[in-house]
Amino acid sequence: MTRLRLIACALALLLPSSLLANPALDAVIAGNLDQIEQPSRRTVEPLVAQIAATGPEGLALLQAWADRNLGLADGRAVIVDGDDVTDAVTGAPVTATPQMLRPNSGVRGVIEQALVAGALTDPDPRRRAAALDSLARGGDAEQLTALRAALDDPDPTLAARKARMERLLTIQHDPDSAARVAAIEQMAGDVGLDFRGVLNPLLATQPLVAPEPPAGANVARELTPGSDALPREAALAQLVRQGLLQPPLSRADQRAALAANITDGAVGGVPVATLSDPAARDRAYEALEAAGAVPPAATETEAQAALEANRFYDIHVEPDAAVTEAAKAAQIRAQVRLGAMRGIDLGLDALSLASIYFLAAIGLAVTFGVMRVINMAHGEFIMMGAYTAYTVQTVIADRTLSLVVALPLAFAVTALAGVVLYRLVIRHLAHRPLETLLATFGVSIALQQLAKNIFGTQARPLTAPAWLEGSITINDVIGISSIRVAIFVLALLFLALFLFIMKRTRLGLEVRAVTQNPGMAASMGINPDRIAMMTFGLGSGIAGIAGVAIGLFAQVTSEIGQQYIVQSFMTVVVGGVGNIWGTLAGATLIGGLSKVIESFNPGNTLAAQTFMILFIIIFIQFRPRGIIPQKGRAAEV
Amino acid sequence: MTRTPFILRNPSVLIVLAGLAVFTVAVTLLSQAYGTGAVPTSMVKVLGKTLCLALAAVAMDLVWGYLGILSLGQMAFFALGGYMIGQWLMYARTEGIVAAQLAQGPIPATAQELQDAVTNQIFGVVGASELPLVWSFAHSLTLQLILVLAVPGLLALVFGWLAFRSRVNGVYLSILTQAMTLALALWLFQNDSGFRGNNGLSGLQNLPGLDHVDQATLSVWFLWASAAALALFYALAAWLVSGKFGSVVRAIRDDETRVRFLGYPVEGFKLVVFTLAAMITAVAGALYYPQAGIINPAEMMPIASIYLAVWVAIGGRGRLYGAVIGAVVVSLLSSWFTGGRAPSIHLPGYVVNWVDWWQVALGLSFVLVTLYAPKGIAGVFDLFSRRGDRA
Amino acid sequence: MSALLEVSGISKSFDGFKAINNLSFSINAVELRAVIGPNGAGKTTFMDIVTGKTRPDAGEVLWGDGSKSLLKMNEAQIAREGIGRKFQRPTVFEDQSVADNLIMALKADRSPFAVLRWRPTAESGARVAELAAEVGLADQLPRLAGELSHGQKQWLEIGMLLAQEPRLLLVDEPAAGMTLAEREQTTTLLCRLAETRAVVVVEHDMDFVRRLNCRVTVLHQGSVLAEGSLDHVTRNPDVIDVYLGR
Repeated sequence: MTRLRLIACALALLLPSSLLANPALDAVIAGNLDQIEQPSRRTVEPLVAQIAATGPEGLALLQAWADRNLGLADGRAVIVDGDDVTDAVTGAPVTATPQMLRPNSGVRGVIEQALVAGALTDPDPRRRAAALDSLARGGDAEQLTALRAALDDPDPTLAARKARMERLLTIQHDPDSAARVAAIEQMAGDVGLDFRGVLNPLLATQPLVAPEPPAGANVARELTPGSDALPREAALAQLVRQGLLQPPLSRADQRAALAANITDGAVGGVPVATLSDPAARDRAYEALEAAGAVPPAATETEAQAALEANRFYDIHVEPDAAVTEAAKAAQIRAQVRLGAMRGIDLGLDALSLASIYFLAAIGLAVTFGVMRVINMAHGEFIMMGAYTAYTVQTVIADRTLSLVVALPLAFAVTALAGVVLYRLVIRHLAHRPLETLLATFGVSIALQQLAKNIFGTQARPLTAPAWLEGSITINDVIGISSIRVAIFVLALLFLALFLFIMKRTRLGLEVRAVTQNPGMAASMGINPDRIAMMTFGLGSGIAGIAGVAIGLFAQVTSEIGQQYIVQSFMTVVVGGVGNIWGTLAGATLIGGLSKVIESFNPGNTLAAQTFMILFIIIFIQFRPRGIIPQKGRAAEV
Repeated sequence: MTRTPFILRNPSVLIVLAGLAVFTVAVTLLSQAYGTGAVPTSMVKVLGKTLCLALAAVAMDLVWGYLGILSLGQMAFFALGGYMIGQWLMYARTEGIVAAQLAQGPIPATAQELQDAVTNQIFGVVGASELPLVWSFAHSLTLQLILVLAVPGLLALVFGWLAFRSRVNGVYLSILTQAMTLALALWLFQNDSGFRGNNGLSGLQNLPGLDHVDQATLSVWFLWASAAALALFYALAAWLVSGKFGSVVRAIRDDETRVRFLGYPVEGFKLVVFTLAAMITAVAGALYYPQAGIINPAEMMPIASIYLAVWVAIGGRGRLYGAVIGAVVVSLLSSWFTGGRAPSIHLPGYVVNWVDWWQVALGLSFVLVTLYAPKGIAGVFDLFSRRGDRA
Repeated sequence: MSALLEVSGISKSFDGFKAINNLSFSINAVELRAVIGPNGAGKTTFMDIVTGKTRPDAGEVLWGDGSKSLLKMNEAQIAREGIGRKFQRPTVFEDQSVADNLIMALKADRSPFAVLRWRPTAESGARVAELAAEVGLADQLPRLAGELSHGQKQWLEIGMLLAQEPRLLLVDEPAAGMTLAEREQTTTLLCRLAETRAVVVVEHDMDFVRRLNCRVTVLHQGSVLAEGSLDHVTRNPDVIDVYLGR
């Protein structure tokens, strides 16, 4: 490792004046021309070390080799840089056309490993960063030494990375136990994937069966056969694996053995016809065993004796107990912090889900609050918004511009559709909420099929502008995609807009009046019909906006609305009617709860949704009017 | 208040039952198994299934048309009934096949081996190696028949009790029933639900122990069974809604609060009707799926229940014969139009292909019926009798 | 004589508005009582509490000889205890015949299965006919209730109340929308009913109350302002304040 260190120093000192001849390198190349031409991943390592040891020309050659810029011309290694071809040893220009070398990725990996040490002090910060990346994929003790020598770095970010890498490599490769423990303790509580990745192999265990405690082994724990951690069958299997017990006879083997020994309609004197009884089979097998016709199998007594004679351990692969102790402690701390961070991440996820539900439900809540009708076609308005955005995108190529156009257009289209639906259908079904529900369902199936007829059944992509792609990552655990942040902002925007309309405009005043007491509002000169129409338009328009938002992260299909409609209903029901804060609370509860339930059982979203709905059904038992119930005597009717 | 026999007070019941009998006899005489063969077996099955759907519609009408609860979860009970009978059909048939296979072996199989083989056969597709607990009774037809009634009944009872006691009604209740259905469907979609996830149960058209009977004959038997069930439950439902009980139930639909002040335990009445309807629906499902041959959780997605409501509404809710008419007409029309056999309409510049446009037409006609003909098709009969028969 | 209904210290507020404020009230088993008060005095809420539609925030409502608490019962149980309520707007089941309406109201076991087993008998038929005759609907029995005139609906509802045979009858503004002759008829009926049971009439038509000629309770802002004969309460300066304003 001193060698590598020397190379690093030499590289730093000699790089500017590298045009000297290098006889050592010349010799190595001449002696290994075959290997250079046809390197193999397994055998190339000593050669690479030799070349690296020859000094800066050697390193330059290695770099060119790894970059596939090395060629052979007339038995000499040449470095090709664009149109310039120079001799790798002398640096003299070469005119011959070289035959380029194409080392495979395995070989290049070996070369790069060797280069890392040098690259850590390379003047180019990108090279240094690349060297650190390479170390992160796996370092060894020698590289640790090289890294320690190169800790100073003009770039503070790289300096920090180097320091961190030094700690990680110390934990893995420092021969001094105390130094490793110190490094672990220093990093304890860190939740970086790299640190966790270093800890895990330290805590890896393997099972061991022995009559007494193994001397010198780093025992993680002793297991009792028959416990949850080590079921009896697993313990027996371990005994068999280690040759401490004859394999017990499986039912299938027994059956095969019996079948092979049928004589005159009986096995071992037991009639075949009775062999549907397991006890009879055992008797038959014992008889065969006694006759020597089948090999003896481990009996229950033998198995029990073997279990009692042996003890079962989990042994740490890492022999140093102090290190495993420290690693265990560090892992616990990491897990605690990880839990907290996962909680935050979950919160962010829940928030974005809640924003979507909020956007999807707000229109539904408004119409339900004012008119007491559920619009089953609401989901199709969401779909309409999404398809509007898709259509705009086919016309306007610029993603940002098309989104800017699509949002108001989606609002306009769905608001218009809402007004039409109101004028043609809902107005005529006033005070018949169940009929309205069904009539709007009719509209819903018609619109869905219509969308299928127009846009086809396959999913249509709605592409977000580039600045919305990617995600905001805080650390290895916490991250949220930009689209979801945008949807959150959109939801906030609509909350604000909605509050403004409701609290600051004449329309809002009239809507509130109609919501609270339609009769009284009508007698004060407010036209409930007009108000209902306008709120219906507003609610539908927001559904259109929600459609654009949902379309940005989900595929646009004719069923896109259906996926959100039930959750939207739930949001309205749980939140309480006639109050935007209720909708917000409902969306938050449902979004949050879905994510929390999902986190208990990741990967099984079906179960999560089931429990979610069950929860809502039970919730309604206790708060039939939702989280924020409508107030006043009007609500009593 | 003279006591006239129930049937005479409700001539429509007699008409429906007679019509059903004529229909059944006619189909039988035209079937491949017992008649001329003019009606192919697949059509017999379609007709038998339609009768089951009509029965489900009758139950829906009890709940919605008479009791006023727009339940968007009836098909959950329908599918549950199908699942319960499907368990036995699948288990018993698989057991028969597996036992025959094992009997080929040199030595007879143990009970455990038989069960393991059956389990592997049925649940290998979802990667389960042990028979789920919910299949404990699958070996017994009697027990599963009891479960056909008990499971949906119990679900309706518990759900209804929870919902009614907290006085959830109207649109809220509809949404809640929809949620219940969705929850059940999603749960069944899981592979570890014990019901084979989205594979569902299949091969239900084969009756265990009746392998020698061909499908043509079986289809007619099921038609008879479906017709008998429809007749029986139609009469039961008609009897239920004709007397004082029916009066109270309709009163609850019209003004629940007032009925409470009359001293009637409204929740109890709702629970009785809701649970009974769930059990009737389950019977319909138990007869339907052996004719369909396969059942999977998609069958109980909320949309199916809403379609049921659509049929009842188009047929005319609040009259049992309206429900039957609606279910028969709309479901047969639907399968005709979406089956690709309906002739396309050639407009200048566009061809209206019914496979694509039937849903649109159905949706819009449904809006029109709700708007302009709230009594549905059955409203036509009012033209003949001034007040309409209310059974 | 002990009270049939004893309401003590009940309060109920809706979002901060005290509809009933520490109200106490009692009525004997055979008595006619008028409850009067301006709008918002808490008359309807009072009836809602007694019939179980609304739960009070505080207080106690005791019923009958055993002094059972009504607060733990629901509307239907209270109705079965023998408290009948006549709503201000006639609420009959318009989709059903007059006879069906009356049959539903007949005193009988109300549980679902008992109702299922119930069969019309000669006795029940006679009782329905008798009730119909009493409220002047004898020849309307087969008609749909929805086809009746407003006044006839009022009478049908009263008939349904009678069919329930309640021990306490709560009547909300019976005179509203009635012609003079009908009012006369109603007064007579109420007085006759009060000979065998307790009747509470909520009304704000003073003229009608005067005809009833009974004890009067004046409610104001959720509590009892005055109680006594009509002459007595109309001389009460507080009542004059409330009714005439200042």
